[in-house]
Amino acid sequence: MNKKVSLDNLTRGIFRENPTLVMLLGMCPTLGVSTSAENGFGMGMATMFVLILSNAMISMFKNFIPDRVRIPCYIVIIASFVTVIEMLMAAWLPTLYTALGIYIPLIVVNCIILGRAEAFASKNNVWQSVLDGIGMGIGFTMSLTVLGAIREILGAGSIFGYPLFGTAPKSLLLFIMPPGAFIALAFMIIGFNKLRGVK
Amino acid sequence: MTGYLSIFIAAIFVNNIVLSQFLGICPFLGVSKKISTSAGMGVAVMFVITLSSIVTHLIYHNFIAKYNLEFMTTIIFILVIATLVQMVEIILKKTAPTIYRSLGIFLPLITTNCAVLGIAVLAIQKQMDLMHSVAYSLASAMGFTLAIILFAGIRERLAKTAVPQALQGTPIALITAGLLSMAFMGFSGIIH
Repeated sequence: MNKKVSLDNLTRGIFRENPTLVMLLGMCPTLGVSTSAENGFGMGMATMFVLILSNAMISMFKNFIPDRVRIPCYIVIIASFVTVIEMLMAAWLPTLYTALGIYIPLIVVNCIILGRAEAFASKNNVWQSVLDGIGMGIGFTMSLTVLGAIREILGAGSIFGYPLFGTAPKSLLLFIMPPGAFIALAFMIIGFNKLRGVK
Repeated sequence: MTGYLSIFIAAIFVNNIVLSQFLGICPFLGVSKKISTSAGMGVAVMFVITLSSIVTHLIYHNFIAKYNLEFMTTIIFILVIATLVQMVEIILKKTAPTIYRSLGIFLPLITTNCAVLGIAVLAIQKQMDLMHSVAYSLASAMGFTLAIILFAGIRERLAKTAVPQALQGTPIALITAGLLSMAFMGFSGIIH
């Protein structure tokens, strides 16, 4: 029984309640950084890092945080972990850090993280909250990576930076420009809905 | 003077905060079903962004930079913004109940509007002085308002048309936003 609940908490974010494609949370980084598969993946992993740790910490302290000031408390916890990942990325992955730019500090206001803190971590134990964080993180990372890959293949003719169609491909430049983000995401949601069997 | 004019044109049309920088997408998609509510949201955002840019600018230059606390910028800014929104809400409730009634419901949503934090951080990164950063924030927020009102106008019409079943709801909204973003790309030649 317990195993079943854990598995359910882990897989919920990946498919059934995918934060990007079903819940439509965290749209800004989704549209903003998905110009390539690599950026999408990097952003997804950074968000997952913050999500797992903030879920764990909030769940650990849920009995000590007064109900009335819980949102500011959550925001401080989240902002602290965002600062940690920001400094780690600036030190170890400077290219990715520059590519993601403004969207790294903006992980703080990513609704997925605050949403999970409020909806899950504040009501469940540490282990289940970590599982939830991992699941949601994987769901978010997958959506961003796939969207990034679609846009990169169509817009730049490459994937993870490796050219697919020779060195000077004719590509649909639109897809790595802002309008392409909206349109590619729209079709991805349609595809995902078909996959889930939603009309 | 031309400096300010180009800040305004660049921030409203060329680098529109929603349609080309992807900040504030959640309210852009969430509260854009009717023109009147989206206009209310736009005004509230304009107010909060401009105010928060003044406050964050002063805090950054008089406190954070002075004591080498740059690594704390994100934490301090988000707390300042959250407090500010709460204060604006309380003050409006007491002093201007009519404005509060029309904007009140939007205010709590604004704390998690990434445009507010985004513009505050961008204005610092661009190393603007106080007046320029106020102009930049106001102009960006005007860009947000323009985009959301245009978008709501299209969505009001869209609600009356027969959209293919697979596209109904979010997909058609995103495609509309994509077309709007494409239209705004036409402005990109105005300013280098």
